Amino acid sequence: MSLTQPLSRRDFFQLSALAGGGFALGLSLPVRAFAQMPEAPILTPSAFVQIAPDGVITIVARGAEIGQGIRTSLPLLIAEELDADWERVKVEQAHFDEAKFGPQWAGGSMTTPVSWNPMRQVGAAARAVLVQAAANRLKVPVGELTTSKSRVTHAASGRSLTYGELANDAAKLPAPNPTTVKLKDPKEYVLLGKRRPGRDNGAIVTGKPLFAIDVKLPGMLHAVFYKPMVFGARVKTANTDEILKLPGIRYCFVIAGAIQPSAVVPEEPGLSSGVAIVADHWYQAQRARRQLKVEWEMPEHPVPNSEDMEKRAHELAAQPGDVLHAQGDVVKALAGAAKTVEAVYSYPFLAHNTLEPQGATAWFHDGKMEMWTGSQMPGGGRTMVAKALGLAEADVSLHMLRAGGGFGRRLMNENMVEVATIAKQVPAPVKLIWSREDDIVGDCFRAGGTQFLKAGVDSSGALVAWQHRLVTFGEGKKYAPGADIDASEFPSGRIPNFEFASSTQPLWQRTGWLRAPGSNAHAWVVNSFLDELAHAAGIDPLEFQLSVIQREATPGTPAAKLAGTPDWLNGKRLADVLRKVAEVSDWKNRKSGNGHGFGIACHFCHLGYFAEVAEVKVDDSGAIWVEKVWAVGDVGRQLINPSAGEAQVEGSILEGISHMQQEITFEDGQVKQTMLAQQQLLRIRQAPKVEIHWITTDYDPTGLGEPALPPVLPAVANAVFAATGKRIRTLPLARSGFKLA
Amino acid sequence: MSLSLHINKEVHTVDAAPETPLLWVLRDYLGMVGTKFGCGQGACGACTVLLDGRPVRSCLTPVSAVGDQPIVTIEGLSLHGDHPLQKAWDAMDVPQCGYCQAGQIMTAAALLENTPHPTDEDIDSAMSGVLCRCATYVRIRAAIHEAAGQPAAKGGK
Ligand code: FES
Ligand code: FES
Repeated sequence: MSLTQPLSRRDFFQLSALAGGGFALGLSLPVRAFAQMPEAPILTPSAFVQIAPDGVITIVARGAEIGQGIRTSLPLLIAEELDADWERVKVEQAHFDEAKFGPQWAGGSMTTPVSWNPMRQVGAAARAVLVQAAANRLKVPVGELTTSKSRVTHAASGRSLTYGELANDAAKLPAPNPTTVKLKDPKEYVLLGKRRPGRDNGAIVTGKPLFAIDVKLPGMLHAVFYKPMVFGARVKTANTDEILKLPGIRYCFVIAGAIQPSAVVPEEPGLSSGVAIVADHWYQAQRARRQLKVEWEMPEHPVPNSEDMEKRAHELAAQPGDVLHAQGDVVKALAGAAKTVEAVYSYPFLAHNTLEPQGATAWFHDGKMEMWTGSQMPGGGRTMVAKALGLAEADVSLHMLRAGGGFGRRLMNENMVEVATIAKQVPAPVKLIWSREDDIVGDCFRAGGTQFLKAGVDSSGALVAWQHRLVTFGEGKKYAPGADIDASEFPSGRIPNFEFASSTQPLWQRTGWLRAPGSNAHAWVVNSFLDELAHAAGIDPLEFQLSVIQREATPGTPAAKLAGTPDWLNGKRLADVLRKVAEVSDWKNRKSGNGHGFGIACHFCHLGYFAEVAEVKVDDSGAIWVEKVWAVGDVGRQLINPSAGEAQVEGSILEGISHMQQEITFEDGQVKQTMLAQQQLLRIRQAPKVEIHWITTDYDPTGLGEPALPPVLPAVANAVFAATGKRIRTLPLARSGFKLA
Repeated sequence: MSLSLHINKEVHTVDAAPETPLLWVLRDYLGMVGTKFGCGQGACGACTVLLDGRPVRSCLTPVSAVGDQPIVTIEGLSLHGDHPLQKAWDAMDVPQCGYCQAGQIMTAAALLENTPHPTDEDIDSAMSGVLCRCATYVRIRAAIHEAAGQPAAKGGK
């Protein structure tokens, strides 16, 4: 996997003089980081670091900021190796240009692993030319020079020069070779590993324009795009003439749309049919929508009904499925087991609900589309816009803005296509803002699912058989986006008699990726069921989990085949975080019962290892207070910015708890919960204390956007069982007789 | 209809339909985008401003109902961004995406006006109407305590 590799011979640093003096250092990337892109070097000079003669250091943040803190953490990587004076570094947001900057997307908790090596190398290269320039000026060997806080010092002679004083000389030197620039020993770090507030905090707390929704351009108009309540419906007629007479309305037109009906809807199904209303002000367009009368042509295919889908799941479970992995003889082993447990777990569809609704701004001028977006996947959006409008990709330019939350929602870019389609027909810049209802109804939901499990332990309590059926959405083994579970997923490969099979039903509705996709539901199912088995075996849940995690995957199984790749579950790392969370939460001495309980769970995903213990109180009415969560994480050898890293852990844990009370259901193809209040998102009164600990291991650092989320659901559910003796097998909690207080 | 609004100690004149929510008058007509749109349904609190000192949802407040009551938005909470809450929010690194934080800070400012030394329970009951989708709640509690001059233990509550 080349994504996380350091720069190589095939990459080039580009050193160039700045017009006003000083120098800029950039990278020429062969763009090997993108599988879809050709492996040919693209020799575009770029500028990650600029050092001006007045000493001002500007570092470009290349990534998409969605709240994960990378506008601070990526520049920190460069500043650390450069030995820059962080307090005086200016951070600038890159525009979208992946040939120049490399990957600019944010997803899968991959920004840190993808950036760790190259960004440090950029900083080290810039430092190397400054040191060389100082050596030339002072006529001393490079080895006698040290750097700190934007200054090169020759201790022996007591002389020193600032980076600004050296910038013009440095501009004339040859660019260093990426393979020879020396990186610091972590022991020498002065910036990394220290808690550091986000660079944009000041602007955020004073209300400065930062977000895509805040964009303002001269002559800009505002749009709403009214779409069907049922996915795939089309506008037959609309009273656009009447809408045009309303105050402030400039344009109102029907957009035919391009969605092709499909039982398995692709992640980006294309432009929806709808009615665009463009006004001087957004609220005028939003108000006009109430007078809109649209006759819809309903799709001919079936539309989702939650009750029917639930029934169908049980029918499918009784029929043979597609076996994804099997080993041993699970039927025989279950028959011979000392104890067996059988359970059905089900979980609902969920909406993303980024607090900033989807939206973007587009301006079609001079035959080109200029756009402002807070996308997690700007490159994907650009390609879609170009394709939808018949433009060359080079004629679609993107400004990257801060996004008011991502959570996987902004990997999808249909809002960019919508606004670009509208803007192409309007001689002014247009800002599209989705209403909250638009954002909920038009979401790419986390798919619900039902899982049927049966497992057995032998007389010593060892787990010997596990039969598992995932009933999800799709057609055969073609799954709806985010609705599949990989054949290698834990505990696959670690149980001698094992079968994991899937069945699918068509959905005809859009799904997508929600923070820790797959894991956000599956980890709850597996870890809850392991807890059931531990109780059946009469073994402490911690010991029982350790006994399974620490097994080697059977050679040749899908789980074992991942060995050597970053996706391989390293049982030792997972066992270590689990043991440590038991230690910090004093697990052994905790007594549960009488409405007070503790639960434990762990999970590996997105290259990160997390184990969590939850403490809950539950009253007779089923109200749950999650009092405290202990978390232990292992994401390698270095936290770049512990403040941002721990913020992600806190946010992930609280979001996981929130998932337990949320749901989206469908009736005749329509979402039933179209109001924000019906989304049941976690409130401050429901937020537990969170205590975070880390294990440092000698692996390259990995991301924190997701891996802390999955374990908290089973930790809480297991704690509720410990407190009440009642097992939560259906989410949301309300469907199991519980609620968060 | 032409209206005079007293916002952050200045008088602004706008021409907007009387039913236009204060939120959109601030954002679209006056270009003060610090106040955020999250739902337009009164359910998230991202649009919270102080109206005559009380936290209100500007998305549900028709501009015609404002009259000459003073409005304070996040842009006017302090002259130099140095309200104790703003300083605490930065120091404790509360924001993740940051989108909800204007609403959080305005609501907290009203809380501290009435209850200078709030308990966790005071904070929870005053702040539960303001949604943070990134769930920065642990730090919001800590930062309010910090701003009130009573540093909370690390880890919140
Ligand atoms: S925007 Fe006003 S409460 Fe959500
Ligand atoms: S910081 Fe993102 S919604 Fe609160």
